[in-house]
Amino acid sequence: MDIAVIVQVLDSTLRLATPLLFACLAGLISERAGVFDIGLEGKMLVAAFTAAAIAFVSGNVWIGVAAAILASVALSLVHGLASITFRGNQLISGVAINFLAAGITVVVAQNWFRQGGRTPSLSGDARMPRLTLPFADALRDVPLIGPIYSGILSGHALLVYVAFLCVPLTWYMLFRTRFGLRLRAVGENPAAVDTSGVSVTALRYGAVAICGVLCGLAGAYLSTGLSAGFVKDMTAGRGFIALAAMIFAKWRPWPALWAVLLFGLLEAVANRFQNIEIFGLTLPVQAMQALPYILTVVILAGFVGKAIPPRAGGQAYVKEH
Amino acid sequence: MSKSGKLPHWADVTLVPLTSVALAFVISGILIWAIGENPWAAVKLMVDGAFGSSYGWGYTLYYATNFIFTGLAVSVAFQARLFNIGGEGQAALAGLGVALVCLYIPWPHWSLALVGATLGAAAFGAAWAFIPAWLQAKRGSHIVITTIMFNFIAASVLGYFLVNVLRPQGSMDPASARFPSATVLPKLHEMLRPLGIPFSTVPPVNISLFLAIGMCFAVWFMLWRTRLGYQIRAFGESEPAAEYAGISPVKITIYTMLISGGLAGMMAVNSVMGEQQRLVLNAVEGAGFIGIAVALMGRNHPFGVFLAAILFGFLYQGGAELALWTGIPRELIVVIQALVILFTGALDNMVRMPLTRLFAMRRAR
Repeated sequence: MDIAVIVQVLDSTLRLATPLLFACLAGLISERAGVFDIGLEGKMLVAAFTAAAIAFVSGNVWIGVAAAILASVALSLVHGLASITFRGNQLISGVAINFLAAGITVVVAQNWFRQGGRTPSLSGDARMPRLTLPFADALRDVPLIGPIYSGILSGHALLVYVAFLCVPLTWYMLFRTRFGLRLRAVGENPAAVDTSGVSVTALRYGAVAICGVLCGLAGAYLSTGLSAGFVKDMTAGRGFIALAAMIFAKWRPWPALWAVLLFGLLEAVANRFQNIEIFGLTLPVQAMQALPYILTVVILAGFVGKAIPPRAGGQAYVKEH
Repeated sequence: MSKSGKLPHWADVTLVPLTSVALAFVISGILIWAIGENPWAAVKLMVDGAFGSSYGWGYTLYYATNFIFTGLAVSVAFQARLFNIGGEGQAALAGLGVALVCLYIPWPHWSLALVGATLGAAAFGAAWAFIPAWLQAKRGSHIVITTIMFNFIAASVLGYFLVNVLRPQGSMDPASARFPSATVLPKLHEMLRPLGIPFSTVPPVNISLFLAIGMCFAVWFMLWRTRLGYQIRAFGESEPAAEYAGISPVKITIYTMLISGGLAGMMAVNSVMGEQQRLVLNAVEGAGFIGIAVALMGRNHPFGVFLAAILFGFLYQGGAELALWTGIPRELIVVIQALVILFTGALDNMVRMPLTRLFAMRRAR
């Protein structure tokens, strides 16, 4: 295996980890506030379609991204309505949102573009431009630094850098601001937050809305950055991998970054090689694809440190009178 | 799944689900209208396509058979307040069980093959449900997350077996060889012919339909007439109370999930053995997830599941006709399914509150 291949794999690791990272942080914020969200997949899918469709029609990718955020937040509010206002089952609501997204994206895509549930290919300004970091070209031939800086870190769409910036931002928001403290409290003990005169409903809606914005970015990057257009079911389980990464990271932002990088690497390796030979043993490509899910089950089972969700997660808060 | 409040029982089991379905249909109608098609014409086309001929009926019942199995699977788990989203993976693995039983055992007659395949399907489905059940019971891992993960793992396992083990030599298609002719199940038209009833020979509806109806009775009997069923329902009603009464949570969680996984698995008898006659990659086609909508609409009762499965069978067949004759793609059905799950499962209180108020007003008068 030569350097060029390694650089290529790590480069695509960053790109594949980006939608996972947005979605993972989205789920993390929602669940820290006590609202389980297995509808990440659906929100990403709707955002991916909206971004591609609006970018194609308007010819401007950023209008597409804005529309994607709006669409994703709208679905978030449906989830909020079901799980916060009407105290319904949050898991069932998530399932419903995933199906709603899977169906409506194809119905609308077929109706608008008549290309079998896909959008036309995006090009030019309708796609996310790739940024070249400062001095990337000059440093290209420097040993070690060149491949890492110019080969791996440079040349991605803006949203890739935004995603990685969201990690410290999420950490700061959750652990260094009053809003974050209250948000975490509402996921552990909503009654205490209510007693101190802060609205549980408003906090949870806030968290769910942030979750929607981040899922919107995840989906928009998927269809306008990672690929050039929307195809049916293009999220392909990424929302669930993000959920897995969130559990893997035990609902903490920095470990979430390592988790999505690991899962992104697995996907990049599975894309690059079909079967991998390790010490004469052939590892089939399916094993690579299943690995994130298997790792999550192992973590959930508590064999490698226990993953404990926020205590009030999944429960609607009923105010005492 | 929530408490019935002050609604009379009959309203709880009829009005609430019917209102939810009506809401789902109205919104879907608006969607059809919004994409420039005529909702009324669409409904007529769907009803005609699903019930207008024995051909349509055949497909409707074929789909319904799948949904009865997966709906019962979700219902049994719901009775113990366990949410089994893993029906999709359990049914996929059960397809592997059916394929192994049909391909590697030289069956002399289809009736014996049916028994063998049913046992194989149930065993593989149950086995795939066992691990999440054990993890939930013993290690406290959330069953919803583990069953979701197991759906994806099942897809990989199946992909591996189809590509590397079951694929006949020289074939590029990731699918097993065709099953021997002794394992072909009788179709409904063959069963109706001796009775002098003509029925279309095209649709894949087969004897598994009666297996599914039989399982409705079996599940009803198990839940309401046996000690195990009582324990399952007691556990679902209140875990601490059940434990106080000497019911082991570990045992009930595992037993319930084994039954649930086995039921989801039996779907493979209908789809893999009854229709395709070979194992393909995506044999389940989302039926495992439709089980969630069916169970919610059927209020977790086998009879309700049966009716809801017919409704979804109608939607599937009608939706296929719709896609054939109009510009409305098949995925419209997925939207309807999502709305049914949303209204019956998550927005249940939104539907229930006004109804409860209405009944309270009537009683006050």
